[in-house]
Amino acid sequence: MPGLSEAFGLALGLVLAGDAALTRIVALSLRVSLTAVLVAAALGLPLGALLAVARFPGRQTVIVALNALMGLPPVVAGLLIYLLLSRSGPLGSWGLLFTPTAMVVAQAVLITPIVAALARQVLESMWEDYAEQLRSLGSSALRAVPTLLWDGRIALLTVLLAGFGRASAEVGAVMIVGGNIEGFTRVMTTAIALETSKGDLPLALALGMVLMAIVLTVNAAAQLLREWAARRLG
Amino acid sequence: MFRRSLLALLLLAPVAVSAQERPITVSSTTSTEQSGLFGHILPIFTRETGIPVRVVALGTGQALDVGRRGDADVVFVHDRAAEERFVAEGFGTERRHVMFNDFVIIGPAADPAGIAGGRDAPAALRRIADSRAAFVSRGDRSGTHAAELRLWQAAGADPVAGRGQWYREVGQGMGPALNTAAAQNAYILADRGTWLSFRNRQELRVLVEGDERLFNQYGVIPVNPQRHPHVNAAGARRFADWIVSPAGQAAIAAYRINGDQLFFPNADRPEPAPGS
Repeated sequence: MPGLSEAFGLALGLVLAGDAALTRIVALSLRVSLTAVLVAAALGLPLGALLAVARFPGRQTVIVALNALMGLPPVVAGLLIYLLLSRSGPLGSWGLLFTPTAMVVAQAVLITPIVAALARQVLESMWEDYAEQLRSLGSSALRAVPTLLWDGRIALLTVLLAGFGRASAEVGAVMIVGGNIEGFTRVMTTAIALETSKGDLPLALALGMVLMAIVLTVNAAAQLLREWAARRLG
Repeated sequence: MFRRSLLALLLLAPVAVSAQERPITVSSTTSTEQSGLFGHILPIFTRETGIPVRVVALGTGQALDVGRRGDADVVFVHDRAAEERFVAEGFGTERRHVMFNDFVIIGPAADPAGIAGGRDAPAALRRIADSRAAFVSRGDRSGTHAAELRLWQAAGADPVAGRGQWYREVGQGMGPALNTAAAQNAYILADRGTWLSFRNRQELRVLVEGDERLFNQYGVIPVNPQRHPHVNAAGARRFADWIVSPAGQAAIAAYRINGDQLFFPNADRPEPAPGS
């Protein structure tokens, strides 16, 4: 691959030059994906915990549905949100189409099922160990949810990272609902898609390397946090 | 320290232009965006009017749909028949012609259909069909796709018979279609602007150009505020007025890649009739 070293040099040059357009695109990517992770955590973690502890009719159906939604194609999610947010759609009066908010919504829709389904998995095995103990203390299953979430926070961090990974790597949905508007809704993945379209493959690859570096940094930060927490608890 | 800089990064507003005017959303085609024309003329417009412009670049069919749904304030596309239908249906206020560029027939240097140097576009397509040489079509309802279909009709050839074999519809924008043609050494119809700014050419060359039937007219249409009351009608009108004004026309004419002019302003002249 002769383009690889050229791309690497370009990526390094872009980062070292502190290119203003690139900085803006990177900042927007982080802002959109981290906000989507926050939304997904607020919705998905309690839902996952609830499914882990509560037993109710239809629970299996909800779990199967969540697992299936993990595979929701981004383009389909993007299209549905496009039709909802379009001026001619039911939520058109909000004027959100082609804005960063619409992109947050799209990514949150994609990763909330992932967060909820993985959280349920993690918390259910914890719950099996805990159930006896908590019940003997007279605590109900529902009241155990905050305890479970708190005790499982280290494992849940990995769950959120999985969500962040999917959100920041996603291109199909944010392209449709964001419109890839320069200086307004252009993020790393849509910029990469655009440069690929223009046939500037080295630049596209260079942007891809920058994106990988950012994702790596976020994961390394999470790992440090985990170790720090483990030491403090240990 | 690290945390603070991360926070600063997150708080950075994504909007670069902090003008007082309400921004307009222009629904346009990949050819105007990817050729770099917008990057050249829009900053001039924003400087003169204070109106920031947001461009959504799609195929002409999709770009008109975005206008039809009221998700843009103005459309700037190149498929005259579809544009006139858009206005007739009441979605646009009026269509004005702005500029033209031209299409070129691109193909591999080896040229298995033997069309190089010709000036008759339909005849060249007929030879491609006869030799069953690979041809990549946009297949995405874009203005370029519509122009390609008109040329096949003029050639009296039916490419659909070769669908899945030598006639390959990719359903994507100009750039991805060119990437596909480069990888498969196939013929393709492309707008000159995208071709000139396209980097991944490999064995591809311009083989046929200069036929009048290859002219590609662009029009601008503000979205009708009676149909979609929320649109920025004043901003859209100023954009349409500006782009056909001497200042806008001069900005278009001044855009060049390596000395080649890509778009020819013709707001003050009758446009060349397509396909005649």
